[in-house]
Amino acid sequence: MGSILYLNQIFYLCCFFQFTEVMHSVGAVELTFELPDNAKQCFHEEITKDTLSTVEFQVVTGGQYDVDMSLESPTRQILYKGIKKQFDSFTWTAAQTGVYTVCFSNEFSTFSHKLVYMDFQVGDEKPLPGVGEHLSAMTKMESSSIQVHENLNTIIDYQTHHRLREAQGRKFAEDLNAKVFYWSIGEALAILCIGIGQVIILKNLFTDKKTVSFT
Amino acid sequence: MELVIHLSFMYSFIVFFTFISSSSSLYFHIAETERKCFIEEIPDDTLVVGNYKCQLFDPRTGGFMPSSPGIGMYVEVRNPSDKVILSRVYSSEGRFTFTSSSPGEHVICLYSNSSKWFSGTQLRVHLDIQVGEHAIDYRNVAQKEKLTELQLRVRQLLDQVEQISREQNYQRYREERFRQTSESTNQRVLWWAVAQTFFLLVMGFWQMRHLKSFFEAKKLV
Repeated sequence: MGSILYLNQIFYLCCFFQFTEVMHSVGAVELTFELPDNAKQCFHEEITKDTLSTVEFQVVTGGQYDVDMSLESPTRQILYKGIKKQFDSFTWTAAQTGVYTVCFSNEFSTFSHKLVYMDFQVGDEKPLPGVGEHLSAMTKMESSSIQVHENLNTIIDYQTHHRLREAQGRKFAEDLNAKVFYWSIGEALAILCIGIGQVIILKNLFTDKKTVSFT
Repeated sequence: MELVIHLSFMYSFIVFFTFISSSSSLYFHIAETERKCFIEEIPDDTLVVGNYKCQLFDPRTGGFMPSSPGIGMYVEVRNPSDKVILSRVYSSEGRFTFTSSSPGEHVICLYSNSSKWFSGTQLRVHLDIQVGEHAIDYRNVAQKEKLTELQLRVRQLLDQVEQISREQNYQRYREERFRQTSESTNQRVLWWAVAQTFFLLVMGFWQMRHLKSFFEAKKLV
């Protein structure tokens, strides 16, 4: 009987921890996706009230490297609307609990596919297990380790931005390389056709009419 | 009997909460036959963990069914050389992991295993992809290796620094590729200019010679 009561307590404790995990909607998702021409892609996330969230996006390839982005609150209020932007970042505190929608639109473009990178961060970073329940003051070691951790997070963030910029340049260079190849072959064929065509047309001009004598 | 009821109530409670916590992530809608792909540009030897959940649109309520056990999701992962490294059918809710063996752009594609030919109903897909250091579950690590708080923090810093150095290495590799592409373009433009000039000259000579012989035959020249 005692062991059953003990099991009871364990289960309730598990439920409590799961519950607290649920109550803070935390997390960050980075996604890179392709947006075809005339397409719109929306992402939704449930955010609890008073959570600081950030949406960041950057266009990696495609056309003029621009995309439309809009952010809607659960009450259909437009919190942010960017037209034809190449990259941007928007931070807001959720005024109410509900589903927030981020939409990317490429509807203004007729034939260019866009590759868009998006980073949707909700709330603060999840703390390390055990750190959250710290009741006593932190030692110098712990606080400086937290500082190192935050600096490393910044470095990783800068690396991501650097990677995206470099990917932009690299993909453009690869595209240019392919274009030069096909264009040069095409132009060689065009010169050939035009050259032979000119001779044939000229010959046709002189064979049908009577020979003109130059005196 | 009472105990069994009590325990089963506990289990369902826990399952319910696990359920809620797994649905509080980003989601989007796709058609039933649509294929959605995401690109992850990662260095080699990087762990990628993806959690997803799929819900089918319920026309009776106008919302999405909380759980749709009949649907499966195809998860296909291609490596930078366009070779499939992971292709499996999972249930409507699941988790997939893979470790990259070569650096570059990996493409993760999700589509349902619906047998319809045209797009049927809408699907709501919850997705959460974590890469590298973010994919490591520190709770697990702390439990398995019995680390104290500070040791766990140091472990986290070590993992982060390792990820940073791998990314820097990958950056060097990409820059080399960029340089190679630029040099190749330079070479191609050079060859194109030379070949085009040569081609035009040859064409011009051939035209003049051909026309001269033609006019001589016609007794015009």
